[in-house]
Amino acid sequence: MDFSRLHKYASPMHFYSWSLAVAPWLGIACAVLFVVGLAGGLFYAPPDYQQGESFRIIYVHVPSAWMSLFIYMVMAGAGALGLIWHVKLGDMIARASAPVGAWFTFLALATGSLWGKPMWGTYWVWDARLTSELILLFLYLGYIALQGAIEDRRTAARAGAILALVGTVNIPIVHYSVEWWNTLHQGPTVTKFDAPSIDTSMLIPLLVMSLAYTLYFCTIVLVRTRCEILEFERNTTWVKQRAAGVNAV
Amino acid sequence: MDTEFFAMGGYAFYVWTSYGLSAVVLIANAIGPRMREKSLLKKIVQRTGDE
Repeated sequence: MDFSRLHKYASPMHFYSWSLAVAPWLGIACAVLFVVGLAGGLFYAPPDYQQGESFRIIYVHVPSAWMSLFIYMVMAGAGALGLIWHVKLGDMIARASAPVGAWFTFLALATGSLWGKPMWGTYWVWDARLTSELILLFLYLGYIALQGAIEDRRTAARAGAILALVGTVNIPIVHYSVEWWNTLHQGPTVTKFDAPSIDTSMLIPLLVMSLAYTLYFCTIVLVRTRCEILEFERNTTWVKQRAAGVNAV
Repeated sequence: MDTEFFAMGGYAFYVWTSYGLSAVVLIANAIGPRMREKSLLKKIVQRTGDE
C-alpha cells in the first residue's frame, strides 16, 4: 500500500477542499433520490395485503435502521484508523459520524414503535431486535458523552475508538437477532439468500430511499468533518487563511 | 390529492407521525452543521484579527 498517497488524501487540508467540492453534488443527488423514493413509496407502491397502508412506514423505518448499523461501522472503522495508524482524519470522521448515527438509531426505534403499535398492539416489547437496537443507541450516546467528558481531544478520540470497536460485537447481534431468536419483529424480507420476499413495486422505492439516506449521511458527515477540522486545526495558518478568504467573499 | 390518501387506510396517525418525525430530524441535522461551520469560520477570523 502506498502510504504517502494515503497521507496526502487523509491530510485535513486536502480533505477540506475536496469535501467543499464534493458535498454540494452529493446533496443534490440525495435530494433527487428523496423525491423519487417518496413518490414511489407513498404513491406508486400498492398497499400491503396484510398490513394495508401502515406498511408505508417501511420507507422511513428500514433505511434508518440500516443507517444506524452502517454509520456505526464507519465510526468504528474511522476510529480504528486513528487509533492504530494515527490518521487524524479518522478521529475526526468518527467524531462527526456519532451524532448522525445516534439520530438514525433514534428514528429507527421511534418509527419502529409507531409501526409496532397498530401491527403488534404495542409500542414496545423487549425482544432481541428492539433491545439490541436500544443498546446500539446507548453505545452512540456513550461515545458522544465520552467526547464531551474528556478535555484532551487525542485522549477522547482514543477512548472513543476503543469503545466503538468493543461495541461492534453488538452489530451482528442486531442484524441476526430476528433469525437467532424468536422475535416479535418480523424476519428479513430483503437481505435473504434467496430472492427477496417483497414485491418489486415495493422493493424499488425502498432501495431508492436507502440510497437517499446513505447519500444524506455522506453529505452531512462531510460538513460535520469540516467542522471538526476547523476546531482541531484552528491555530494553523491554512485554516486562518481559509477562514479569512471565505468570510471576505 | 384526496382525503383518502391522507387517511392512509386508518393508519394516518402512525404513518404521518413516522414521516413527520423523520423529516424534522433529517432537516435539523442538515441545517445544524452548516450553521456551525459558518460560526466556526467567523470565530476563527475574529480571533486572528485580535492577535
